[in-house]
Amino acid sequence: MTTAPASNLLARLGRFIAELPGAPMALVERVIGTSRMAYVFILPNILFFGLFVFLPIGIDIYYSFTGGTALFPSQRPGVGGLQYHYLADCKNFYDPSSCREDYFWRGMWTSLKFTLIQVSVMVLVSLATALVLNMKIRARGFFRAVYFFPVLLSPVVVALVWKWILQPQGLLNAAIVGMGGQPILFLADAGWAMFWAIFVSVWAHTGFYTLILLAGLQAIPRDIYEAADMDGTRPLRQLVRLTLPLLWPNLLVVLVLVTIRGVQTFDEVFALTGGGPGTATMMIVQYIYTTAFASQVPDYGLAAAASVVLGLLLLVLTLTQLWLTRRRGAT
Amino acid sequence: MMSPLALLRQRRNPGRIGFSDVLAYIYLAVGVFLMFGPVVWLVLSSFKTRSNLDEFPPTFLPLAQQSVAVKGYDSKLPLYNVTMPDGSKRVLAQVRRIGVISQLVDPAAPQTIIKVNMDKRTALRHLGLDWHNYEHPLRHFNFGRYLWNSVFVTVVATLVTLLINSMAAYALSIHEFRGKNFFLVAVIATLMVPITIILVPVFVVVNEIGLDNSLWAVILPGAATPTGVFLLRQYMLTMPRELIEAARMDKASEWQIYARIVMPLALPALAVLTIFSVMWRWNEFLWPLVVLSKSETYTLQIGLNAFQGDLQTQWNYLLAMTVVALIPIALVFVFLQRFITSGIANTGMK
Amino acid sequence: MKISVQRGLFGAAFVAALAGSSALAQAATTLHMMWYSDGNEGTVVAAQIKDFEAKNPGIKVVLDQVPYKSIQTALPVQLAAGQGPDIARVTDLGGLAKYMLDLRPLLPDAAQWDANYGPFLNWMRLPGDKTSIHGYMTQLTITGPFVNKTLFEQAKVAMPGAKATWPQWAAAIKKVAAAEKVPYPIAADRSGHRVFGMILSQGAKVFDAKGNPAVVDAGFKAGAKMIYDWHQQGLMSKALWGAVSGATYQGANTQFANGQVVMYESGSWQISQFAKTVGTAFDWVAVPTPCGPANCSGMPGGAAVVAFKSTKHPKSVAKLLDYLASPAVISAYYGKTLSVPGNLGVAKAGVKYVGASPAAAAALKVFGDEVATLAPVAYELQGYSKNKIIFDAVISRLCEAIVGQSTLDQAYARITSDIAHQIAAANGK
Repeated sequence: MTTAPASNLLARLGRFIAELPGAPMALVERVIGTSRMAYVFILPNILFFGLFVFLPIGIDIYYSFTGGTALFPSQRPGVGGLQYHYLADCKNFYDPSSCREDYFWRGMWTSLKFTLIQVSVMVLVSLATALVLNMKIRARGFFRAVYFFPVLLSPVVVALVWKWILQPQGLLNAAIVGMGGQPILFLADAGWAMFWAIFVSVWAHTGFYTLILLAGLQAIPRDIYEAADMDGTRPLRQLVRLTLPLLWPNLLVVLVLVTIRGVQTFDEVFALTGGGPGTATMMIVQYIYTTAFASQVPDYGLAAAASVVLGLLLLVLTLTQLWLTRRRGAT
Repeated sequence: MMSPLALLRQRRNPGRIGFSDVLAYIYLAVGVFLMFGPVVWLVLSSFKTRSNLDEFPPTFLPLAQQSVAVKGYDSKLPLYNVTMPDGSKRVLAQVRRIGVISQLVDPAAPQTIIKVNMDKRTALRHLGLDWHNYEHPLRHFNFGRYLWNSVFVTVVATLVTLLINSMAAYALSIHEFRGKNFFLVAVIATLMVPITIILVPVFVVVNEIGLDNSLWAVILPGAATPTGVFLLRQYMLTMPRELIEAARMDKASEWQIYARIVMPLALPALAVLTIFSVMWRWNEFLWPLVVLSKSETYTLQIGLNAFQGDLQTQWNYLLAMTVVALIPIALVFVFLQRFITSGIANTGMK
Repeated sequence: MKISVQRGLFGAAFVAALAGSSALAQAATTLHMMWYSDGNEGTVVAAQIKDFEAKNPGIKVVLDQVPYKSIQTALPVQLAAGQGPDIARVTDLGGLAKYMLDLRPLLPDAAQWDANYGPFLNWMRLPGDKTSIHGYMTQLTITGPFVNKTLFEQAKVAMPGAKATWPQWAAAIKKVAAAEKVPYPIAADRSGHRVFGMILSQGAKVFDAKGNPAVVDAGFKAGAKMIYDWHQQGLMSKALWGAVSGATYQGANTQFANGQVVMYESGSWQISQFAKTVGTAFDWVAVPTPCGPANCSGMPGGAAVVAFKSTKHPKSVAKLLDYLASPAVISAYYGKTLSVPGNLGVAKAGVKYVGASPAAAAALKVFGDEVATLAPVAYELQGYSKNKIIFDAVISRLCEAIVGQSTLDQAYARITSDIAHQIAAANGK
């Protein structure tokens, strides 16, 4: 294997670092006992989570009940549930335009729409790619790597690359004009902008999910298919009856991850479409970002209230999916 | 959905190239084109001059105006392909243009001025890589400093991440203890929080700790990653328990089991996390932008984006610097691509 | 052990921070100046700072060159936390005024500043403040149109004269665009300044008698309707303003440089880049802002270099700014960056533009002369400390109407309520 030197080096480096705290850790273990060592092992990670995720979430929740423009929580006057009241201040809940914070509701709706479509497209593309890559094809390693390549790019670069292609003066329009067509304003049309937002995010991430599914496919024993062939089961039926059920645990991981990432989508799409045209691709995270950062008077309170609502939404989504996991009996 | 059909048919007739294989290869060829094409276009564009960049329709390759020294003129004159009134074509050098009338001369006979309408001429150009796009920014910016900061952040953050994530994963996979489910749920919960929405509170926390404006402010907040913990835990769950039990019988300490048995066995998963962590850290933009305000601590991504102004973006420099920042990622890709794909596939993630 | 792991990490951080600060402490005083560039400004100012350091050996200045995004999003948070640089080049003059340092008591000759930067100092002040000196203008931006003269010549249409109205220009451009098949007859940057640069001439008053924002009035509606109609008629393309949302900026400089735009409403800062990107492809000129019933005014704006209260070295900061803002130095700066001077004395004496092509020099003169035609309301709007709230609300809501997401009347109502809500939030609700 060509990667042997790399892994050797890694191993040596890892071993060196790992041996350093050996003696003090043994001492700790003697004092508190082996059974409690798990807490020691988990502690650093939980401390980091606590300090940089849970504490900030707490501050965010506190922010959402305060007003004013001060940054430090101690300097912010409490306003009770006013921020939430602002978010929910709608004359007609079926029409975001009637709401005080119409961008919040539009953002929610757009994120929901984006997530639903993107999840299905992403899963289908990843599945198809994984199935093809699982075939006995030449240069399989190369092709797998090709699909993984965009995963390595930063969202800023992903957006830049595609903006360069999709802009009115871009490569794609040049091709269309070259073939005698009229240039299409891809990012100025609500439908097209949404299409490309989804396309680009699938482009950027499908490689990751493909690999997860590929891992699942490779774990399926071949003799199952041979048996099915003996029985004369047709290919499509084999796929539905055999492959998909056996792949279910991996599919579920993919589903959960794609859903969470979909709702969180921000920087790629923001850098690509700026949320436009109008507010056609403005996601909920963009609303939060704009409210807290990009407006002249930062409204941390309102942004925090919107974050809390988004957090609750994600929680409900994930719990539903976890419940599904339990029901299907997969781990 | 031809591919699953292809998959199965292919299994039944090994060694025969059938219709399904052709389809699969077409699918893959389109994939290569779609995945690499945009990046190739970015790289080509980064070598274009500013006016070549703005052109529509765009030229595929970077082109530069061809010019020639003509007797009697101090500076070189640009060359044009000209369609003459009689329909013949000539290559002429333009002296000047007044309104829509272009004044040209034949470089061989520079005495006579030939006047043609400007839409009867097209610029004569040749392939020219504009290295200036790379040279200027690299010379005028503290590139070495930014590079060092980025490398420092990437390396240190990755080591911290590997250490604390693997420790947590070890506890969550090998041990049974009270509150394990609570910790698992806590880790899942962090997966759901996008950094954008807690940016301000994290800034407040970092500020209160006194980490602001140091590279540690970039390194520490993202060191504990839910993805890392999960990836490693899933992998460790598949390890043979007998090994660990045997080590416990031999009175090995927990740390020795973790360091000498579990970690070496988890190498493929650790390698995958390394790749991810390097990628995350190298590409990080918004958080360093907010937390670092002095150029001694700027990372490459911030320094190189300085070409995005308020009213204008200097695209030629921005594209060139984007390519520069891509080089390490491309190297990771070239040298570790086998490791990436086989590593993640082996990790299981199920 | 758990503690020692943590302490190790934070200890290391602490040591690193100490090492960083002690390295800086060796030079007597180090100032940090955060700077964004549209073009070569960073390079020019860096050279001037070198000169300053040579004259003042005790002061070291670090120029932190950043993307504009940093100035826009990161700087306000850093300042709110009491962090941030000593000096920065900013555009949200009124919004950041509360963090700015008053240089007046520190300047050897404040009268020189009053005389040269007088009208602009007010832009960097909080309401009610009449005396503070917070910084100097690195450029005055004036909105105004660029015209592709060659397209007019090719179409054999006469260019409207100096006092022509917007409708007269629109009619002429329509003819040119039809004859030459131009995809973007009129283009404008997607920015509040440009919108008001077109709307003010229609009689928008923006503020009520007490000086509070009252944006939507008959004049504003007339101007907004004009822009809206142009989009519906295809005189302006929805591709430009429609392509992004909120207050995101979107220019049309690329399209103009490609000869696809007849008239491009932008501003003085485009000159240096057009000199490069257009080259000799066609003739371009800047023309005075077309007129309306009320006036022929564009919008002034600009970027300023300002000092912040959080600095630990106010004296050195004042020294540096006094040097950079001194007539000879700032004049050279304007000349090398091809900026319209934001210094009255320099403007009067005339700036020697270095390496400007004849077209660029002519355009710079047109914009320089525009300063005299600016309406009082234009200065009032630019000087209003929360003007970005107005700009952002107008541009986001007007564009939503243009792309058909709402009607013009709904947009008017939203503009009014957006501004009211955000000003209320700014005042602590």
